[in-house]
Amino acid sequence: MRPNLILHVIAKFLIPLIILFALYVQFHGDFGPGGGFQAGVIFSVALILYALVFGLETAEKIIPSNWLHKLAALGVVIYAGVGVVSLLLGGNYLDYTFLGSNQVAGQHLGILLVELGVGLTVASVMITIFFKFTWRTVKHKYVQKR
Amino acid sequence: MIDIVIDVTLLAFLAITAVASLRLTNLFAIVMLFGIFSLLSAGLFVVMDAPDVAFTEAAVGAGISTVLMLATLALVKRPQKPYYAEAPRTHTPWLPLIVVVITGSALVYGTWDIPGFGAPGSPAQTHVARDYLDNALQETGVPNIVTAVLASYRGFDTLGEVVVVYTAGVAVLLLIGGRRSKTTARRKDEVETR
Repeated sequence: MRPNLILHVIAKFLIPLIILFALYVQFHGDFGPGGGFQAGVIFSVALILYALVFGLETAEKIIPSNWLHKLAALGVVIYAGVGVVSLLLGGNYLDYTFLGSNQVAGQHLGILLVELGVGLTVASVMITIFFKFTWRTVKHKYVQKR
Repeated sequence: MIDIVIDVTLLAFLAITAVASLRLTNLFAIVMLFGIFSLLSAGLFVVMDAPDVAFTEAAVGAGISTVLMLATLALVKRPQKPYYAEAPRTHTPWLPLIVVVITGSALVYGTWDIPGFGAPGSPAQTHVARDYLDNALQETGVPNIVTAVLASYRGFDTLGEVVVVYTAGVAVLLLIGGRRSKTTARRKDEVETR
């Protein structure tokens, strides 16, 4: 892709802000609007913007595809794992009360971990879908040119 | 008063966007209109005091979906033909019009029995919502009750949602993922071109 100075500068300025906002939405979801789903999407937007401006090859160097696949699965495992842990600690499945010293602490920890799992899965799945779609477009162009 | 003005403006823009995306044949423009439609819906959700939903709609509907649809568009690269050029019509436009008018009036008739927006006596407010609003803060220590319901009270539902998202990713990988190694891709292309 032809390098564009304005796009590069603006993207480099915006991407840290987007990631910071995603983390804020992720971990402040208990107190304000937001949570894992929104944070995951916002986080993936940062990487998609990077891929749009700096090219797909460069973006895939940050997070290789096979890592993304594992992270997506890891999110589901974290979520389901919290349920199993609460089961082992004597509660019902996904009843976070027994995770902490008292009910409120347990619930807080449980919600935080669960939202983390949601965010991980959503972010990696969104990035994976985008990478796969665009990579195919690039491949088709490459094949057509030959 | 100002609420009504905002509501009417947003809904009018929604209607205009919907009709415009039906009339247009340029797929790129339609995708952009879908993004605008989502953003307007997000505005409506904010007006209705549902910032969590508005947040999701703005991030997913206006942001990611638009990007993914553009990526799909770049992939298929086929402009939509005007519908009237496709095939001769088999029936008059009156039949669909009558069907739409009857269905629409049935739906409007149905809305007369729906309780007003935020009515305190409606089933949505009297069943479990009251319990959540009263007890969520003491039981979970999370001030945002939407998060408390989503992650704790209805944690099992949300687990299902996450699995759905994961399944979508797996499905995309299975359909168009393939191996990234260039040799297999090239070999396949050579076989296809021969």
